[in-house]
Amino acid sequence: MSGVRLLVGTRKGAFVLTSDGKREKWGVSGPHFAGWEIYHLKGSPADPNRIFASQTSGWFGQVIQRSDDGGKTWTQPGTPPGESTTGPGGMPKGESNKFVYDTSAETGKPLTTHQFYDGNQHPWEFKRVWHIEPSPTDPDTVYAGVEDAALFRSTDGGQNWKELSGLRGHGTGPKWQPGAGGMCLHTVILDPANPNRIYIAISAAGAFRTDDGGNTWKPINKGLVSPYIPEPTAEVGHCVHHVAMHRSRPNVLFMQKHWDVMRSDNAGDSWKEISGNLPTDFGFVIDVHAHDPETIYVVPIKSDGEHYPPEGKLRVYRSKSGGNEWEALTKGLPQSNCYVNVLRDAMTVDSLDKCGVYFGTTGGQVYCSPDAGDSWTPIVEHLPAVLSVEVQTLA
Amino acid sequence: MIRVVLPGHLRALARVGAEVQLHIEGTVTQRSVLDALEAQYPMLRGTIRDHVTHERRPFLRFFACEEDYSLEPPDTPLPDKIASGAEPLLIIGAIAGG
Repeated sequence: MSGVRLLVGTRKGAFVLTSDGKREKWGVSGPHFAGWEIYHLKGSPADPNRIFASQTSGWFGQVIQRSDDGGKTWTQPGTPPGESTTGPGGMPKGESNKFVYDTSAETGKPLTTHQFYDGNQHPWEFKRVWHIEPSPTDPDTVYAGVEDAALFRSTDGGQNWKELSGLRGHGTGPKWQPGAGGMCLHTVILDPANPNRIYIAISAAGAFRTDDGGNTWKPINKGLVSPYIPEPTAEVGHCVHHVAMHRSRPNVLFMQKHWDVMRSDNAGDSWKEISGNLPTDFGFVIDVHAHDPETIYVVPIKSDGEHYPPEGKLRVYRSKSGGNEWEALTKGLPQSNCYVNVLRDAMTVDSLDKCGVYFGTTGGQVYCSPDAGDSWTPIVEHLPAVLSVEVQTLA
Repeated sequence: MIRVVLPGHLRALARVGAEVQLHIEGTVTQRSVLDALEAQYPMLRGTIRDHVTHERRPFLRFFACEEDYSLEPPDTPLPDKIASGAEPLLIIGAIAGG
């Protein structure tokens, strides 16, 4: 029987929620890595029992964890305990938590600088992994989007990480700057039809694309307008919050920007606004229905200064026309006195029929809609603040 | 044997109890203790000091015999009582946040 496994990252640990295909009764396991910030967990499409987790702490730094049994047990995929941490010739062995910007003469770039809050240039400093994106075809290949913004790749199941330094060093880096949450690379989209094409997004730099497997990159921000930056239509500097794609149409992208909901029909070469009748076009999440690539979801948030739903009503908005015309989905969601936020990686869809939609809140609720958004039920209501939600549809 | 007391989150990460014991050849310093600790528990590399620079992570402190050694150079010898195992070296997470 089919089922779903929901991977929930929170401020104080990870939770794994499981259900059968009806999505009515749920099992809850966790907290895993109790007390640590779990920015993101994601399963490998090539091996659903393999799950990667980003475990971080202001005290102890970054750790990558991996499960090979669907989240029951976890290990750090580095050098095992008791083994030497260096190999023949003194070369360091794999360290799952080692993210070092590539400054090597062969492949790397000098450790460049970016714009800082005070307007001065500031060197890149690694802080944490925001997003993990496993390869759709190889369970050992996985990408990590990090703060300060850069993209890393592991081809050995998370033991060794190497920066794809062409992104950080392609030339616009000095104009990138941190958003309020830090200068994070938070979105990584692997084109299922073209393994050489990857989309990424950075707050606050914008969206970027590679067409050669990560060697060279270009900004794809034409059409974005951000009146709150010195040059509103600049090539880079836009605070993109999240980007989503339907796997059947990899050239069509949907974006929730700081303000504005946007759409591109040409792989990001240009964007047009599709905010339409939304009550506010500020927000963080955006996602696409699993079976209808023109049906998209957002959760409008009042403003950049007030990170909660307008009027205290938690509403998911759905467009069945690829944007511009939106309907409020409220059945089962609190419609008074609700002041939570829904963070950028905290919405996901399963591929069952009907498509399930899920999102988590900073108030610790995780909501499930087993009917594509028509109605909602909280699965759990009192978790720590939810940072991310990903679902695995299990055969 | 050198005794080291780890903060709770690092005990969980290394899957050890409150105190670990390390064998160290030569002078006992912050650096030699951390080198031995990371060799025995590789999953702790990067969690106490930076992978590359080996600088102490800012929110961690090193206490020995009721003295704060956090700002001492890494090759400063630790007290005899640490070197003899009479007292443990305490690695402490700074008390801040929640």
